[in-house]
Amino acid sequence: MSRDFELPEFLFLVAALRWTLLLSAVAFTGGFAGGFVLALMRVSPRGALRVIARGYIELFQGTPLLMQLFLAYYGLPVLFGVRIDAWPAVASAFTLYASAFLGEIWRGAIMAVPATQWEGAAALALPRSVTLARVIVPQALRIAIPPTVGFLVQLTKGTSVASISGFVELARAGQLIVNVTFQPMTVYPIVAALYFLVCWPLSLLAGRLERRLDARQGSVAVP
Amino acid sequence: MNYVFQFGLVWEHTPRLLAGAWLTIRLSLGALAIGMILAVICAAARQSAPRPVRMLVAAYVEVIRNTPLLVQLFVIYFSLPAIGLRLDANQAALAGLGISYGGYATEIIRSGVEAVPRGQIEAGRALGLSSLRIFRHIVLFQAMRTAWPALASQFVLLLLGSSIVSAISAEELTAVTNTLQSTTFRAFEFYFVATGMYLAMAVGCRLLLDTMFWLFFERGRPTAR
Repeated sequence: MSRDFELPEFLFLVAALRWTLLLSAVAFTGGFAGGFVLALMRVSPRGALRVIARGYIELFQGTPLLMQLFLAYYGLPVLFGVRIDAWPAVASAFTLYASAFLGEIWRGAIMAVPATQWEGAAALALPRSVTLARVIVPQALRIAIPPTVGFLVQLTKGTSVASISGFVELARAGQLIVNVTFQPMTVYPIVAALYFLVCWPLSLLAGRLERRLDARQGSVAVP
Repeated sequence: MNYVFQFGLVWEHTPRLLAGAWLTIRLSLGALAIGMILAVICAAARQSAPRPVRMLVAAYVEVIRNTPLLVQLFVIYFSLPAIGLRLDANQAALAGLGISYGGYATEIIRSGVEAVPRGQIEAGRALGLSSLRIFRHIVLFQAMRTAWPALASQFVLLLLGSSIVSAISAEELTAVTNTLQSTTFRAFEFYFVATGMYLAMAVGCRLLLDTMFWLFFERGRPTAR
């Protein structure tokens, strides 16, 4: 016996959206910290740090998110000998994934700060930590904001992949509702619309920030 | 750690893994072809078609870019049969990946075309070139050079994203791995090896595309700057 797709079913989907948002928020927060460290390692004067960070980023950008999730699910218990729940496994996989992408985005932002800024700081005999904290990072931040918001969209969409490993968020909730209502024609477009409602404003914001940044930089030559 | 790794078991199943990887590659290349055709048509339409068509293209791009690939696949595979359009898993996967790539590529190609300075088109006109030759020699060449790196990155994302079509039971590398690990109970080994295979494919693709870029756009040309 099947149920119809009515208000309670719709509310179930909306409620499931909170897990999508929460997972995105957790991954973004963790990725923020991890990405920051990776970006600094990528521009470090020490070769070993650069190589490690580069390898990490290549590894996570060169393998499917779904495989990373499966490895977190099945690999972490094997390597550490403890069973872990779905939440920490999924959250840590997404955090590692977000760290790699944000690290690469922010490396690009740091590199986009004109070399003369580094030279100016060196001429003033500022130590490297002060150069980074007071000269480079504040300028890199402005460049980094639009692509960071853009990545947030990618991350939010990416959390749907967690449904394949059984984690209940919006996409998985959609499957569950289809299983009881047999109305995929109604349910999946609504699921898509809910994602769209979250992601589209972020995309618009990213585009707007980018145009504003372009306008402010005016005709500065891009290398 | 008392877990005993058994990679020998994976070795025995290599032919099936390779068959899965081969389907992954074919799906990705097929989706690339579909997506590029869609994208060139849509990018052209966005430049010159009447307003309703332009808005339709804009809507297509925004919907693709702001919804997850997984949900797009669900709509194509599970929802469309309700209106009489029934595709098997591989066709749905190909259609889904192609339509998705097309959405991203439309935007990339459009910005590539827009980056061609207007003065060059006017110069072409002043030299009496036909609009077809202006398009071919001035616009297309430079737009492709601008768009190539982004299109290449997007293709690597497509290749890796194709693992998601295992959710609608297309038998590519991820689906094969899922089947093998569930019958052998050696999940970690199989996922580890499959991940390595994806990494090899991604790195290989990137090297190939970078080499092609160099062959088409840089070889024998003075470096700009």
